[in-house]
Amino acid sequence: MRAFIVLLQKEFLQIRRNSFLPKLIIVFPIMVMLLMPLIMTMDVRNVNVALVDQDQSSTSARIASHINASDYLCLSIATTEYPEAMFALERGEVDVIVQVPNRFEQSLMLDSPVKIGITANAVNATKGALGMQYVVQTIAFSLSELTEEAGRTNVSELISIENRFNPTLNYRHYMIPALMIILFILICGFLPALSIVGEKEKGTIEQINVTPVSRLVFTLSKLIPYWIIGMFVLTIAMIVAKLVYGLSPVGNVGLIYLGAALFILVISGFSLTIANLSETMQQTMFVMFFFIMNFMLLSGLLTPVDSMPLWAQNITLFLPPRYFVDILRAVYLKGAGFIDLRSSYCALLLFALFFNFLAIVTYKKRS
Amino acid sequence: MEAIVIDNLSKSYGKVKALDNVSFSVRNGELFGLIGPDGAGKTTLFRLLTTLLTPDSGSAKVAGWDVVDDYLAIRSCVGYMPGTFSLYQDLTVEENLNFFAALFGASVRDSYELVEPIYKQIEPFKNRRAGKLSGGMKQKLALSCALIHRPKVLFLDEPTTGVDAVSRSEFWSMLADLKQRGITILVSTPYMDEASLCDRIALCNEGRLLGLDSPHQLVASFQSPLWAIRAKNMYALLEVARRFEGVTECYPFGEFHHLVVTDAFDAEKFARQMNRCDDFVMCEAHPTIEDLFIKLMKR
Repeated sequence: MRAFIVLLQKEFLQIRRNSFLPKLIIVFPIMVMLLMPLIMTMDVRNVNVALVDQDQSSTSARIASHINASDYLCLSIATTEYPEAMFALERGEVDVIVQVPNRFEQSLMLDSPVKIGITANAVNATKGALGMQYVVQTIAFSLSELTEEAGRTNVSELISIENRFNPTLNYRHYMIPALMIILFILICGFLPALSIVGEKEKGTIEQINVTPVSRLVFTLSKLIPYWIIGMFVLTIAMIVAKLVYGLSPVGNVGLIYLGAALFILVISGFSLTIANLSETMQQTMFVMFFFIMNFMLLSGLLTPVDSMPLWAQNITLFLPPRYFVDILRAVYLKGAGFIDLRSSYCALLLFALFFNFLAIVTYKKRS
Repeated sequence: MEAIVIDNLSKSYGKVKALDNVSFSVRNGELFGLIGPDGAGKTTLFRLLTTLLTPDSGSAKVAGWDVVDDYLAIRSCVGYMPGTFSLYQDLTVEENLNFFAALFGASVRDSYELVEPIYKQIEPFKNRRAGKLSGGMKQKLALSCALIHRPKVLFLDEPTTGVDAVSRSEFWSMLADLKQRGITILVSTPYMDEASLCDRIALCNEGRLLGLDSPHQLVASFQSPLWAIRAKNMYALLEVARRFEGVTECYPFGEFHHLVVTDAFDAEKFARQMNRCDDFVMCEAHPTIEDLFIKLMKR
């Protein structure tokens, strides 16, 4: 027991005396939480629209004014020549072209309307698709206004839309829990590994290996400091999310800490295993990068698991961050309870046991 | 009783044989030296005896315990000082000592009288980080940490490599002092001059033992006549001497060249011929461990 306590003390002393680590542990989460949500946004704004108005009617004028009034759209070119608009699209000046054909207004009255043409630049697929959708919505709105004025029932009023759990469709609220997970992966994933490999490179592990200290005690002494640091990082990140973005968890905070407690054990156990199997910092870093890339891209952190191909969805079942992503988003945004998420908690627990067992087994005091 | 018994121990790294059927034993309370150049397998032997490696074949016992079966028992009764400084550089002198004491379940107070002669020399710097100590002080701290749990057997892997001459002789007097207290010490060194300070030494090269005895006996076993020669142009002298009749070996040795000869060697004829060289000096020399080592190695 005394050996365990001095090992822990030593670990904390080393972290504290490191000229860089304490700053990293405090500044890094704050910076990520302050900057990244502002940058990482999937909202498409400032879609430039060229209106090819061959009709020159009050209807086309109304469409033009609605496009201009939209938060997302910006009427940058109004012309009567389609080639001119196409040229602007090719040069990247506009993203979407709306073509109102000749005698469009007239044909509306006749109940056999000619069609409005919409052309979008889809190099950036998200911007193209969303921009197109906004334009369609805006035109539909203009047209339904017209039909309403003509005394007919407004079709769009028959549909009521509500976005549950994230009412304003704020992408930030979706991303903030993901950022917290990225912080855990980077801090609690890299630091324990670097600490072990550091001891290997400096040779100090040799001196530990000739002592009677058991593998379990030594591995725990590497795990626990980073577990505590992870909890501290979570607290900082949650405070920043509340103060800066006004986002506090809908569900129980305790559930978030429970999930984090398990997840940090998983990721630290994983990183200790990698460190035990490698000889140098370089090896550790590259192997960790390989796995972390997969964790980030495949775990539903950035893109939803549901929209992945089925085989990829099956792979995600073996990636521990996936379960924590589920837990954190569900508790933060939906207010889910423990019963709803028990399978995810169980999965994390199993991963934690598995990787830490592996970390103890792969740590060899003799070769 | 024997403190260390090594029986046909072998260890290979891939195709390289680091240790090739080595057998010897070290008596209780003995200061035993392993003398050999880099790559002789000294460190491998230390790592095997301190249970950091497992042997490919053969067996070894330290303090009566088998290195494979009873490795846990060995870890608590031996002290190991690796060739490179491997204490925590970011902990202070005092923190390192307390840390290693605690890992062995010992307390600094109980063992203080054992480490005191060594530790009191670095005690004025006890709040300094170990990484900021000079080479000699680092070595004293490492020895203190290796002794803090009162080991029965002390393994010192090249403790004086890279240490100045004064610290080296201080270090050897510390070892003599520890020997007085009944601790068995196995020490390796590439410096032949340190060999004479051991009770017995083993000369080793490329994983094999070349000879084992007390330094005195080993030197006495060097039976060929030995001459020391010097001239202004040392390199030319070496070239010429090697071609002279009856010379088996000629190699640089400090300010001189040592000349190992057979009975066919005619010293007067050699001196007459060499007198043509500027400042030629020739005298009979007493063999040292180094001469013996070179002789055994060439055989």
